[in-house]
Amino acid sequence: MTTLSSKPVVVRAENIWKSYDDGAITVLNGVDFDATEGETIALCGPSGCGKSTLLHLLGGLDTPDRGRVSVNSKEINRHTNPLRLLRHEVGFVFQLHNLIPDLTLEENCLIPTVAAGTSRKLAMERLRELTDRTGLSHRLGNRIQKLSGGERQRTALCRALMNRPRILLADEPTGSLDEKTSATVFSLLLELTAKEGVTLIMATHDRGLAARCSRLVEMHDGRIREPFPD
Amino acid sequence: MIFFKLILTNLLRHRIRSVISIAGIAFSVTAMLVIVTVLQGAVGMFSGILSSDSEIIVFERNVSDLFFSNVPATAVSTIATWTIVQHADPVLFGIVSSADHPIITCFGITASDARLRKATWTSGQRTSFAQHADDVVLGERAAEFMSAKLGNTVQIGHGSFHVIGIIKTANGFEDGGLFMPLASAQDFFHKEGSSSVITIKLHNKDDASEFKSMVKAQFPTLVALEDEEFTRSYSQFKILKATAWAVGGCGLLLGGLGVANTMIMSVFTRIREIAILRVSGFSNGQIAAMIFGESAIVSVFGAVVGLLLGTGILYALKLIPALHGYVDTSLQPLVVFVVIVLALLTGVAGALYPAIYAMRVRAVEALRFE
Repeated sequence: MTTLSSKPVVVRAENIWKSYDDGAITVLNGVDFDATEGETIALCGPSGCGKSTLLHLLGGLDTPDRGRVSVNSKEINRHTNPLRLLRHEVGFVFQLHNLIPDLTLEENCLIPTVAAGTSRKLAMERLRELTDRTGLSHRLGNRIQKLSGGERQRTALCRALMNRPRILLADEPTGSLDEKTSATVFSLLLELTAKEGVTLIMATHDRGLAARCSRLVEMHDGRIREPFPD
Repeated sequence: MIFFKLILTNLLRHRIRSVISIAGIAFSVTAMLVIVTVLQGAVGMFSGILSSDSEIIVFERNVSDLFFSNVPATAVSTIATWTIVQHADPVLFGIVSSADHPIITCFGITASDARLRKATWTSGQRTSFAQHADDVVLGERAAEFMSAKLGNTVQIGHGSFHVIGIIKTANGFEDGGLFMPLASAQDFFHKEGSSSVITIKLHNKDDASEFKSMVKAQFPTLVALEDEEFTRSYSQFKILKATAWAVGGCGLLLGGLGVANTMIMSVFTRIREIAILRVSGFSNGQIAAMIFGESAIVSVFGAVVGLLLGTGILYALKLIPALHGYVDTSLQPLVVFVVIVLALLTGVAGALYPAIYAMRVRAVEALRFE
């Protein structure tokens, strides 16, 4: 899959429909969406417009009622465990860090490598690389409770990137942080994705952060309105 | 390592709950171990009575209990003449009572019986046995609880008997029993001219099959079984063993329900955590392995604690004078192995539903409400 930009399409959603409560609440109405390699895309729109739902469908967390989702040319919504299928290709960052509180920063970050069956040596090398970049290398042995909000979200970012995914899906990644920390974490997010050539698709309410992405996708009532004028 | 930590973390997070589950399995294992070992010991001792210096037992065909078996004296005298037979000892089993002791095992035997020959005579002499109809030899423990000494007269049932000896044997039933001359026992139990069994020693063990065929041919109402064969097939032993395993199994089942409860709670309280693992790429197998791993740790700890506790209780039982010789408390490796395997299986069974539930956790729903 390629687009006019000549970069390959890494994520494609075609005519996606999603509803809840036996069709009583329709969240996505025939969404078509493409993301190319290395893009940073902000999904914006009011609450309930379907941003998070679209992210979940793109990452295999949920399945559409109709339509097709492909990641790196693999049609994922027919797979019984798409999350397993995409463990090397997609990373997630959520609004809340979703770290396991009883484990240390190091252990939390290593979880995806356990799922992927990565050797301990390679996993530790990758962990050191990411924690050096995110300024967390001195906190490896600390439990999550001992970390600040920003550190927790940076840990979540490290965890999401541990398996060197080509796509990072972020759902309000700075939504629970104060303005200053939010800016810092987002800068780090952009820096890391740029360095690793990762495609970032981020749902956000923050127009300021969205403006720093290479592409802005506006959603309204379960539909995409693109291109959005600058 | 991280995987193991994930398993261990949850157990440590809810310490009290984990300890209660381990205790549940431990008590179940203890109960099973003690019940099975004691009953198997009792079966072993009863078998020991029958196989005292003999390798074959002859008794009435199709009786449910040896106490109801009638072997005619003619069979004893005929069998004793067979050239392949070294000796044939008739034994009449009965239950007698004395003041304060309603159940005492009574053995009606001949003077040449191996039980008297092989026992340690703490008082009296074997040559005195069966000189008089009212002679009786007491096992050491029976003498103790009947407060009887050599030369005393003891009241047994409706008769008075003269204690002509006290013997010490390794077998609890014999040590707590009394030995009468066969003729006296036949008279006492109104079984004139018969015995319960004949214990046979052959000149050559290899002649066992021939011996059994001869018995079958000449005494169709009797059956001859080798000792091991008898222990395996005797219905009373089977019932005892089955009861022991059933009671122990019920205990383990209760322990398993405890594990199931713990694991269900464990899964319910960390749905979100399981969702995170799924988002991180954990397969259904890995999620299930984590739940089963948790229950396996509970089961292994429970089994180890249960084995230690059970062994302690068995040793304590051994030290109780009243039970001396009655319970064979030596742990059989097979029993220990079976108990451990059952404990593990119970743990696995207890984790089955929680594991299936965990595998069905939908990450998107678990993470939706942040």
